Order: sequence, then C-alpha cells, then structure tokens
Amino acid sequence: MTEHENTALRWIPLLPLIAAALSGAWLVFGRRALPRVAVIALACGAPIASFAIAVVQVFKLALETALPPDAPYYSDNLYTWISAGDFHAELAFLLDPLSAVMVLVVTGVGSLIHIYSVGYMDDDHREDRGFQRFFAYLNLFTFSMLMLILGDNLLVMFVGWEGVGVCSYLLIGFWYLDDANAAAGQKAFVVNRIGDFGFLLGIFLLFWSFAQAGLPTVEFREMSANVGLLAERTVALPGWLSFLPGFPTWGLLTLACLCLFVGACGKSAQIPLYVWLPDAMAGPTPVSALIHAATMVTAGVYMVCRMSFAYSLAPGAQATVAWTGALTAFFAATIGLAQTDIKKVLAYSTVSQLGYMFLAAGVAAYSAAIFHVMTHAFFKALLFLGAGSVILGMHHQQDITKMGGLRRRMPVTWATFLVGVIAIAGVPPFSGFFSKDEILLAANQAHAIPGHQALWAIGMATAFLTAFYMFRLYFLVWSGESRADHHTQASIHESGKWVLVPLCVLALFSVIGGFFGLPDAYGDLFGVQRSNSLHHFLQPVVHSAEHEISHATEFRLAALTTCVGLAGIALATVMYFWRRDLAAKLAAAIRPLYALVRDKYRIDELYDAAIVRPLRALSSSLLSRGVDQGLIDGLAVNGTAKLVRASADGALKYLQSGFAQSYLVAMLLGGVLLVAWLVRGS
Amino acid sequence: MLPFHFQVVAALIFAIGALGVMLRRNMIVMFMSIELMLNAANLSLVAFSREIGNDQGQILAFIVMVVAAVEVAVGLAIIISLVRNRDTVNIEDTSQMKW
Repeated sequence: MTEHENTALRWIPLLPLIAAALSGAWLVFGRRALPRVAVIALACGAPIASFAIAVVQVFKLALETALPPDAPYYSDNLYTWISAGDFHAELAFLLDPLSAVMVLVVTGVGSLIHIYSVGYMDDDHREDRGFQRFFAYLNLFTFSMLMLILGDNLLVMFVGWEGVGVCSYLLIGFWYLDDANAAAGQKAFVVNRIGDFGFLLGIFLLFWSFAQAGLPTVEFREMSANVGLLAERTVALPGWLSFLPGFPTWGLLTLACLCLFVGACGKSAQIPLYVWLPDAMAGPTPVSALIHAATMVTAGVYMVCRMSFAYSLAPGAQATVAWTGALTAFFAATIGLAQTDIKKVLAYSTVSQLGYMFLAAGVAAYSAAIFHVMTHAFFKALLFLGAGSVILGMHHQQDITKMGGLRRRMPVTWATFLVGVIAIAGVPPFSGFFSKDEILLAANQAHAIPGHQALWAIGMATAFLTAFYMFRLYFLVWSGESRADHHTQASIHESGKWVLVPLCVLALFSVIGGFFGLPDAYGDLFGVQRSNSLHHFLQPVVHSAEHEISHATEFRLAALTTCVGLAGIALATVMYFWRRDLAAKLAAAIRPLYALVRDKYRIDELYDAAIVRPLRALSSSLLSRGVDQGLIDGLAVNGTAKLVRASADGALKYLQSGFAQSYLVAMLLGGVLLVAWLVRGS
Repeated sequence: MLPFHFQVVAALIFAIGALGVMLRRNMIVMFMSIELMLNAANLSLVAFSREIGNDQGQILAFIVMVVAAVEVAVGLAIIISLVRNRDTVNIEDTSQMKW
C-alpha cells in the first residue's frame, strides 16, 4: 500500500455503469418499465454520487501532504488486464491534476444534465419505454467518458474512447423511428471510426517504438518519464509521400502525434472530420449538451493534453494541431453566421470553440486548453440546455426565424441564456473571456510555431465572429415581435423546475468559472500570489510553455480582445435589434456568398460526391453484386448446394435401388476385398 | 482326413450359400442359404479348433448357432408380416425404399 493507492477511484466510473446495467437489464428482462421515480433516482443518483466521490478525492489530491507537491497523483489498480512477456497493461485509474479537472467537469456538468433530462424527457411516453432507455444510455455514456478520463494507460483510455463513440451513436439516434435521426447517429459513428483508426495507429506506433527502445508500455506516467528514449528516433517515409515537408525521414514522435491527432479530429470535430457534429443535433437536446458541449467532444483535447509530453517533442505535430484548430475555429464560426436552426448555431459554435482549444494545445498552452474546456462546458451546456428549454416552450420548433419576443414568456430561461451568450462572446469578467484571452495570448507569444501572428489574427477574427453570431441568435430568439404562428404563440410557456434549476447552476458557473484561472497579471493587481490556480494546479502534468511577457502587454492584448468581442456584439445589435432590415439587405447584396455560407460551404455535398457516392457505387457494383452475390452467394453457398444436388441426381441416387440382393452383392464384394486386403502380405 | 479337406468342404458350402443368397428370389430359400453359409463357417471353426487342440473354436461355433437361431426368429417374423401384407415372398417385390 503506497501513498498513491486510492481504491475510491474505481467507484467514480463504476456507479454510472451499475446504474446503466441495472436499468438496462430491467429494460431487457423486466415485464414492464420501472416506475419513473426509480428510474430518476437510479439515473441521477449515480452521477451525483460519482461527483461527490470525485470532489472528495480531488480535494484530498490537492491537499494531501504525503504526496509530492510537484507531481501529485492517485492510482487505483483493479487488476492486470493483459500480461504478455515483459509487457503488461493494467486496468487502472489515475487521478492527477489533469484528470481531476476533467472528472469534476464531466460528473458535475453531467449530473446537472441528467437532472435537466428528467424535465426534458418527461413527455416521452413511447412504446419502447424511451424514458428508461434514455437514462440507461446516458449513464452508460457517463461511465465511458469517465473510463476515458481516468484510464491510466492508452488502452483503458481507448476503451472509454470507443465507449463514448457507441453511446453517442445510441443517443444521437435515440428517436430512431425518424430515418434522419438514425442516419445522423450512423454518420457520427462512421466519421468517428475514421478518427479512431488514426488513434489506434498512433497507439500502436507509440507502443511499438517504446518496445523497440526496450520498454514496452502504454502507461501514461511511464511513457512520460521515458519519452526521451524516442526523442531522436526517426522513421523513413514511403516514396509517394515525398511532397511532405521534412521528407524522407520524420521524427517518430511527430508521426505518432499526428496519428493520435487524427483520432482527436474525429472525436472533437475538427477539419476535416467535423461534419458529424452539426448533424448530431438530431438527438435529444440534453444529449447535445452532454456529448457536444461538456464531455465527448473535448475528449480529443484532453487526449492531446494528456500526451503533451510527446507533443512537446514534436514541433511539426504541434504546428499541425495549432493550425487545424485555428482554421476550424474560423471556418465553423463563419458557418455559424447564417444558420437558422437554434441547435445548429450552437453546434457550429461548439466546433469553433473546440478549434480554440486545439489552438491552445498546439501552441503548448495546455492549461489554457483545459481551462477553455472547463469554461466551455459551463456556458455551452448552459446554452444547449437553454435552447432545449426554448424548444420545449415552442413545442419543438427549432427555427429561430420563427421565434422572437420570448423574453417575457420565459424569463428564467432568458436570463440564463443571456449569461451564456455573454460568456461565450468574451465579455469580462464572464468565464469565457478569461479562457479565450489566455489562448489568444499564448498564440500571440508562440514564437516556435510558424505563422503564430497569423494564428493570433485568426483567433481574434473568430472572437469577433463568435460575439456576432451568438448575439444574432440571442436577438432573433428573445427580442422583438414573435414570428411564431398564433397557435404556437398562445401556448408558449416557461419550463419546469427540473429544467430551470440546472440552468441557474450552470449560469452561476458561467459567470464565476473564469476565476479558477485568473491570469497572474490580474492577481498581481490585487496582491494575490499565483492567482491562476488552474494553471499552477495543472503544471506538474502538462508541459505548458512558459512565456515571459510584461503585464502591460498582457493587459493591452486583453483590452484588444475585449474590444473585438464588443465590436461583434455592437454589430449584431445594429443588424438584428435596431435596423432589422439591414440583415436581409446585406444577405441580398452578397447573395452567392451568403448562400454558400448558409449551405455550410457545401462540404457535405462535396464529401457525398467525392467519397460517399464512389464508395456506394463500388459497393453496389463490385462488392455487392460481384463479391457478395457472385462469389459468396453464387459460388460458395448456392454452388455447394448445386454440386451436391447434381451429383446426387446424376449418379448417387441410383445406388439406392431398393433391391436387397444388389446390396448383398456389394456387401459380399466388400467383404471379399477386405479379407483380400487383410491377407495380402501373408 | 486333413484339415484341408474340411476347409474345401466348408468353402464349397459357403460358396453355394452365397450364390443362393445372391441369385434366388425366394426369401425363404435365401434364408436357408444364409444358414448354409453360417454352417460352413461353423464347420471351419470346429475343424481348426480340433486341429489346434483349443476349445475356443467349438465355443464360437455354439455362439454362431445361437445367433443364427435368433436371426431366424426375427427374419421369419419379418417374412410372415411381409406375406400377410403383400402376399409374396419374392425379394424383388420389396424395392420401394429407393429414390
């Protein structure tokens, strides 16, 4: 029993799993649905209990004096999962500062979303016991996410990684009777498969190279301590890749990190694998909040931060991550400008904010990335849940051009939604400002990354766009005259307590969440040492780049960021509040460009034409008609049957003459031959 | 007499029995032919047993007789039921169990 062991960790993921298993087993074997009270108690109780355990353990981690303060961690080893030669992988959990932050966000925000779901899914009285099924999936998802976060090696992480993939498929396609929803679930699953393939390759590559270096391991702490073994190793690229910079050899870590990043792109919806996330809005709104704001989509960011020891030695991979993130942030923000579905706006905003997080990770500001993961979990979950409340109030109307003037009808939702919008727009001192500012500051100072000034400029432009399209959404939904039809208008109503309480809690955290990571420059103003507590908490685990920068510069950049955000808000106010005709006029003036943006740059159509259709054609012609129907059905299955039938028909059946005497002759002949064979030698 | 003579007689009797089974159509006669073959085997067994001076062959012959008696009991029952149902003892009239 070392001071690092802590058997309480296992219960954090286990409780949601038990709840999911009980609920699911009852669903399969039980004659009728569990009473709703029991479902709610089980489904909400598990994540809340996990949260409670997590809080206690994280505080112990932070305050325990027996742990080394420069590298505190707890581990919980359940059993040796794989043991082969000198390689062994444990089923073990690791609680260090990085996973501590994530675990609190996932269980905390997750619990709120579970509670919210009780109110949101209340009207689901379908034949297939949807209410209970929904919560079973939700618990299973929470379990998978916690496995992903708490796993102390890449294999356990991968189990959780795949688990959240499956659960997102189940949850996005939850209303499976509608074909479009089922298709959205499949799309999420398939696109994630592509990413997972890259992730797996990265894991294999890392494991293989560590094994080559005489240390077969997939455990994070061990890899981190020994990553120096791989620092100088290179791999030879095949000839057809000669267009790449750095050809003919690449750093092994660069290649491994790029492979891992492909996985992160899939899970965290970055270019070019972002297309599944907007479609995934087909799922119930709590699912959108849980999966697409707080947990699963941040798994890629978490993984990159977790592997920061490798990325810090692979500058090429870091630059790729930073540029992909920045471009995704900008690209998705422009699409968000012209969307009319309330959840789609938020979806593209999520893609954009995830881009920010990767930008931070790419410029080695890992603590800023995790900070933004945290604040984003608060305000984006708040916005999604607020949108869900609006959708409930509007009787499942999601088109913002048919809303408007909801402020008086749904005051609590309005107030919390406004808080979320301000937070994401980056107005100080709301939480989004601090995390975004820290990212932009890091990008501005990342001299190691080629074109870091361009990255910063893109980030600033994105901040402007974010503020603009979020306030466009706000004005279209809440202010002005209602554009709904009379029937809907008459019955708009505020949501119930189950919905409003989580909204208020999340709104509170959206306001104060930024103070966990208040930059040291601000702390110095008030004489607080180490005010950026999150950064100092995370510093032992993630290898964030330190940059020396004067406080004056820091304040100047922060002021600039604030101005940019306020400019976006001002423009949105002019176009969607004071001069409502301006937006339509502008859209008409730049019609082709506007149409292109509204149609999301027709990327889906491009993928459809370039990948989906050729694959379909190949499948139907060669694979289906040729291989499946021709070879397997025709030759193998039916061919065997035909062969047997033909040989029986043609020859074998005549042996069965029914004449007893011909059988006797055969018997006798056989006997004679047998005897002859037995006595042949003697 | 030499054992060879016994074996020649036994072989002859066996061959007559085998031919009878293969060529005759009357089931009763086929049955009698089977008995001939069994007895040929018995003769051979007894002859060898006596030559070697070991009683095992004699005992085997008794066993064969018992089995033959049982077989006749079963076989005759089949033949009788066949005659009752189809009014024939011709083996070629019972060839329905084919394709």
